[in-house]
Amino acid sequence: MQFSGGKRKKLRLTGDQRTASYPHSLQFYLEPPSESISLIEFESLAIDRVKLLKTVENLGVSYVKGTEPYQSKLENEIRKLKFSFRENLEDEYEPRRKDHISHFILRLAYCQSEDLRRWFIQQEMDLLRFRFSILPKDKIQNFLKDSHLHFEAISDEEKSLREPEILASSPSLNGSKMELESESVCKIPFADALDLFRGRKVYLEGGFAYVPLRDIVAIVLNEFRAKLSKALALTARSLPAVQSDERLQPLLNHLSHSYTGQDYSTQKNAGKISLDQIDSLSTKSFPPCMRQLHKALRDNHHLRHGGRMQYGLFLKGIGLTLEQALQFWKQEFIRGKMDPDKFDKGYSYNIRHSFGKEGKRTDYTPFSCLKIILTNPPSQGDYHGCPFRHSDPELLKQKLQSYKISPGGIHQVDDCGFSLSHPNQFFFESQRILSGNKDIRKESIQPETPQPKPSVQKAKDASSALACLNSSLEMDMEGLEDYFSE
Amino acid sequence: METFDPAELPELLKLYYRRLFPYAQYYRWLNYGGVIKNYFQHREFSFTLKDDIYIRYQSFNNQSDLEKEMQKMNPYKIDIGAVYSHRPNQHNTVKLGAFQAQEKELVFDIDMTDYDDVRRCCSSADICSKCWTLMTMAIRIIDRALKEDFGFKHRLWVYSGRRGVHCWVCDESVRKLSSAVRSGIVEYLSLVKGGQDVKKKVHLSEKIHPFVSKSINIIKKYFEEYALVDQDILENKESWDKILALVPETIHEKLQQNFQKCHNSLQRWEYLKQGINCQDNTKNDKCGPWLEWEIMLQYCFPRLDINVSKGINHLLKSPFSVHPKTGRISVPIDLQKVDQFDPFTVPTISSICRELDAISINDEGREGNEAESDIKHRTRDYKKTSLAPYIKVFEQFLENLDKSRKGELLKKSDLQKDF
Repeated sequence: MQFSGGKRKKLRLTGDQRTASYPHSLQFYLEPPSESISLIEFESLAIDRVKLLKTVENLGVSYVKGTEPYQSKLENEIRKLKFSFRENLEDEYEPRRKDHISHFILRLAYCQSEDLRRWFIQQEMDLLRFRFSILPKDKIQNFLKDSHLHFEAISDEEKSLREPEILASSPSLNGSKMELESESVCKIPFADALDLFRGRKVYLEGGFAYVPLRDIVAIVLNEFRAKLSKALALTARSLPAVQSDERLQPLLNHLSHSYTGQDYSTQKNAGKISLDQIDSLSTKSFPPCMRQLHKALRDNHHLRHGGRMQYGLFLKGIGLTLEQALQFWKQEFIRGKMDPDKFDKGYSYNIRHSFGKEGKRTDYTPFSCLKIILTNPPSQGDYHGCPFRHSDPELLKQKLQSYKISPGGIHQVDDCGFSLSHPNQFFFESQRILSGNKDIRKESIQPETPQPKPSVQKAKDASSALACLNSSLEMDMEGLEDYFSE
Repeated sequence: METFDPAELPELLKLYYRRLFPYAQYYRWLNYGGVIKNYFQHREFSFTLKDDIYIRYQSFNNQSDLEKEMQKMNPYKIDIGAVYSHRPNQHNTVKLGAFQAQEKELVFDIDMTDYDDVRRCCSSADICSKCWTLMTMAIRIIDRALKEDFGFKHRLWVYSGRRGVHCWVCDESVRKLSSAVRSGIVEYLSLVKGGQDVKKKVHLSEKIHPFVSKSINIIKKYFEEYALVDQDILENKESWDKILALVPETIHEKLQQNFQKCHNSLQRWEYLKQGINCQDNTKNDKCGPWLEWEIMLQYCFPRLDINVSKGINHLLKSPFSVHPKTGRISVPIDLQKVDQFDPFTVPTISSICRELDAISINDEGREGNEAESDIKHRTRDYKKTSLAPYIKVFEQFLENLDKSRKGELLKKSDLQKDF
């Protein structure tokens, strides 16, 4: 895509390449698009793809990848946003073109930092994995061939000659002869199957890896990741030229910021909370995960490490100072008959560490929802984690009832998505509403009444749960759309 | 063989580099047929001189240049490094970041000290005929995998001169492999994991990969004689306790009792096998030999140093280099006769120099022109010393490289339809 700089506001739409540009419903994005498009289309394509990738991300934490709900929901979203996904009888050109161009636009926005790149690569890989998984078997080889990936399937005789070895080497076949009989096996140069052969997960002979088709995906995805990573690095180098184009710079910045959001790491609020407020705050403005942790701490006079990290950093984010934190935790642990000296020796160091006053002095940021959900799942005796993710739905229902949330709002709890992306965001917004600051824009995630209810309240049934999810995306997109309506 | 005196090295090396070092074959190897321009000229060598002076980034224009420099500097030790983007001896003139290691043979270094936890006869730098079998097994297992699994054709195994062996894999495609793939290869070849603090170092899954089963079959051929006789790993309580630490506690008592009744390791091994093959808590409650294999592997399977293999710029001791402490020449090992290889019969620099002196005295009368006879001498000199058979092995290796290269060139010209 050539950006001929300068003052021209709109580029002429010349695209006339319907012929044979997009033979498949998915691609590896090896060639950048070469047509001209209008600024408006540029922007709308970009936004749509960000929406898509965010859905990919959200679905990836709500459902196990590859399972039915994941697959069907993702397909819906792709169809809704009019991206390509499956070979249909209808005209495929537009959705595929959209897919192609939007990917390259987002490269510009997401190449700028390590975090952005990692996020972009992860979602693009998941998207590709999904598209690959719905590709009919007969189309797979054509697609791979066209993408210049040489995966030769071996003949049945060759396969049966090596049957015991292949079965003994490929964990994904589960030792089943039947499965091997019905599956193609590809012979690829061993160096192309690095992730498989290094762990001895594939049969090697004469310098070739004998890879069952189901494992080819892993190889293809790795190839894709490596190529995309390199491409992003290259893109970052040519970024200054792109950013100097004043038509694009604000859009690209918006796109990448709509992802990262705030991390609540600055201690602007430090000292604004007093310790005796915490109990009442916990029922008024804490998100369920933190309310649960606080209660467990008060009940047991103790929390395990995972809980101390998650809750401790949250408290820091809402304004607790180091001195307050030390006092808070020590008081509670002493109630549990802990020796004060033992606390000083064992626990206070860690608290100071999490405030950046020890060791390598990293001032740790409070965990975002995604981080809480994805890392360190709770086990027996733990109270951390995310109730919407880690609790049994029945238990969660009961808990919310005990929080006095209206019954209508509790239905289909497990379907609701992530209006929230950060526990401290919940606290912050809740406090704003309670203090009378009516911000209509935020209402889609905030309860209308002073009693804070989690977004569960919106989920009256499955379809409104989806609406809830969409509304959260809308909120994120809002900033962008505001920009365009000007 | 008389003992070697390191103090004699300077004199011996002088003679060695003038009359015995096989420059022609050495150059033939590293030049790789001259197919790629400057391949030899961009190769890094490093020399260790007298008094431990170490100089890197040595490079040479051609065989004669190499000869002259080696004779001039008389290195105690020679290492071979990577082929770089520029001549290594000019690397300081190259723009920062532009001087890059590009290609190198895939190398392995197997060192006897890595087995100290499982050999009872020696430790650290010492070796003896009882533990040398570990190297024999290592060569067989690794070489089989390199050849059959990875399809590598040109593998040169070399005695390191003291306590281990090296392998140089010289296929054209292999020299271009990335660091990541090299690491992957070492990972594929690794089974023994854990340091001093780990008792049980081998864990097999229920499904046994062909690489593992083929390696076990090789070890089986040597196990009885090596482990149960030479190493005598179940000789007494102290030694069999180490093995018992690898099997479930529930059977310890019974085994101890049975061991007391036996007279030697062979008998005790039989009891051990019976005891562990029908253990309730082996893989998924099945009876099977996994534990038995895990013990055999822990005691016999090769241990590789990943750092040697993964770095493209890693420097490794050159074949035909002399070991400064033992005087032994790093000679190629004949794979056809690997079971018979005895490190204690490898020629030392002093022994071959002595042999050379003896020959020279006999030949003195026959040649006239000294300069001419010098070269003629050298081309026949090593042939009359104990170095000869080893150079023959090296030449066979070079022949194979040549054949492959010609085959490749033919293929390429066929494809281009150059008739």
